[in-house]
Amino acid sequence: MNTVVAQLQRQFQDYIVSLYQQGFLDNQFSELRKLQDEGTPDFVAEVVSLFFDDCAKLINNMSTSLERPENVDFKQVDSGVHQLKGSSSSVGARRVKNVCISFKECCDVQNREGCLRCLQQVDYEYKMLKTKLQDLFNLEQQILQAGGTIPQVDINETDTLLNFANVQG
Amino acid sequence: MEKGFTPVGLRVLVVDDDPTWLKILEKMLKKCSYEVTTCGLAREALRLLRERKDGYDIVISDVNMPDMDGFKLLEHVGLELDLPVIMMSVDGETSRVMKGVQHGACDYLLKPIRMKELKIIWQHVLRKKLQEVKDIEGSCCYEGGADWIIRNDEAHFLGGGEDVSFGKRRKDFDFEKKLLQDESDPSSSKKARVVWSFELHQKFVNAVNQIGCDHKAGPKKILDLMNVPWLTRENVASHLQKYRLYLSRLEKGKELKCYSGGAKNIDSPPKDADLNSGHQSPGKSSYAFSVGSSLLHKATETDPKPLASASVSDPNSDVHMPPKAKKTRIGFDPPLSSTAFDSLLPWNDVPDPLESKPPILYENNFLQPSQSSYVSNSAPSLMEEEMKLSYETPAGGTCVNADEFLKSPTVTLQDLDLSAPSAISCMKLQEFSSNVTNSTESILRSLSWEFPESHHSGSLDTDLDFSWLQGEHFLANTGLQNFQFQDYSSSTSLLSELPPHLWFGNERLPDPDEYSLLVDQGLFIS
Repeated sequence: MNTVVAQLQRQFQDYIVSLYQQGFLDNQFSELRKLQDEGTPDFVAEVVSLFFDDCAKLINNMSTSLERPENVDFKQVDSGVHQLKGSSSSVGARRVKNVCISFKECCDVQNREGCLRCLQQVDYEYKMLKTKLQDLFNLEQQILQAGGTIPQVDINETDTLLNFANVQG
Repeated sequence: MEKGFTPVGLRVLVVDDDPTWLKILEKMLKKCSYEVTTCGLAREALRLLRERKDGYDIVISDVNMPDMDGFKLLEHVGLELDLPVIMMSVDGETSRVMKGVQHGACDYLLKPIRMKELKIIWQHVLRKKLQEVKDIEGSCCYEGGADWIIRNDEAHFLGGGEDVSFGKRRKDFDFEKKLLQDESDPSSSKKARVVWSFELHQKFVNAVNQIGCDHKAGPKKILDLMNVPWLTRENVASHLQKYRLYLSRLEKGKELKCYSGGAKNIDSPPKDADLNSGHQSPGKSSYAFSVGSSLLHKATETDPKPLASASVSDPNSDVHMPPKAKKTRIGFDPPLSSTAFDSLLPWNDVPDPLESKPPILYENNFLQPSQSSYVSNSAPSLMEEEMKLSYETPAGGTCVNADEFLKSPTVTLQDLDLSAPSAISCMKLQEFSSNVTNSTESILRSLSWEFPESHHSGSLDTDLDFSWLQGEHFLANTGLQNFQFQDYSSSTSLLSELPPHLWFGNERLPDPDEYSLLVDQGLFIS
């Protein structure tokens, strides 16, 4: 049983490190994990869940705003991007946040095509992250069910790698 | 810590339309042992605040709220409730930060927010309490340790929670402790919170204007004129001080805004010597005062902050600001020519003489509104001279942005809804930038506060004038609140109705030198 736990823990560790390394997550996510305690064991899961709901809503709104080429409300889109950026910064959704930066630039110059591309990309990224985090939480659950504890991951190592991480990768 | 004051159980109201952040902040604040109330709408927040006037100690709000501009909320809270407000945003754009400061925010946090930043928010509350104590104490006397301490504190506090600055505040805390211990009656620090409604403030302003320029408008006189039986002299004194700060802040605000535009281009090489020369005329006198006020902050710093975090080395300067980059503020690292800062550094040197008597600077300036030049003020003039020295502005870029900025109204006069104290300072800025009347200008000049005429043309001079920025001082004024300044909108001679001595230092638009100095004060966020 111990080896099972150890294995799972190892898996978890590798997985989360890879998420940092690949730029899916940044330091804020680890800060979130630190906030979680016995009193609120599902804190992180709840927060990211809120985030993903927010993403869906914002993307939907922006999509509507961008729908008709002759009548794009860029202000609205910009507002949505801003909110998304803020939201993504809350959970450390690094890739999503980065897309928001490009997205904002497209808004600023009123580039509808560019905006649509960014919208698509941001949609892809948040869904991708959602899947990844789901896997991560599953691993957590497995560890707990196997009687183990969830390892604290020191992302300092990953930090260095993050500096070189190709976010697009 | 102060006797009777503890951060534990601090009642915090968090306002953010982002549910994710709201949840996270709630958690973080709870971890700080604060008592947290969350709110997703600005109006809701106001309702909560008004319902329980004394129910909260501090408000933290996001800048972007769907139902109300965060800055408006800030004004409301500041004006009506006199609570410290911290703004937050994912956007660290200089202009936004400055706007927050102008509207009276006692801090501006960038998202993602760190625990350490939240851990120190209680200091803003403490500072305010100290200010209130001081208000009751000496009312219109700015002199006195408290004010000085407070400003000094603020200078530190604005570090956004860095442990480094926290450590330095030890000596300030002792100061504060002493101050509070000096209070004979601890209960005297508890005053009923006066809500300055629009009408009340109007009476206040009328009284102030009635007293006129010739006499010093003291709280007693104002109180008498206001004829509000339940109001005390202390209430008036406190409000008066805020009012003065507010007014001065408005002035600075323009320059701040200018600068904010310029900040982006701060790394373009200094261009015009013209800027310097052109700017000479206004760039004198009263800046001394304003410099003085910031000096107050500087005076107490054991480690004066760096003017420019990187590029300045000034062998001539007496004052050295050890590079202490404020992380949460700006890692503003403009590659300005070192000469620019050479002239600025002495600014911090003045602290020594000031240390013993910072208020005097204030007083001097207040009482000599008609002086066309403050060069007569010893300490300030020293600064001025040096400031003017070799300031080279990153002119081109700065001016361009400042110009654009000036031309883009934040709020139009029409927006000044007298019943809503919102966007007042914005309006003021707008008004200044586009509506300067001759009378205003003449008044301003008489206040030694030169309003550059070139301002209208949006010339470099103007922009630079407006770019006067007293970062630290500005930020340090946690007491800055926005007021419904009705007269402002209705009177054509905006400042003419303001007794000069009410001007917080009678500043005038300073030299461009100054604002770059100020920029480095960490007002800007990189």
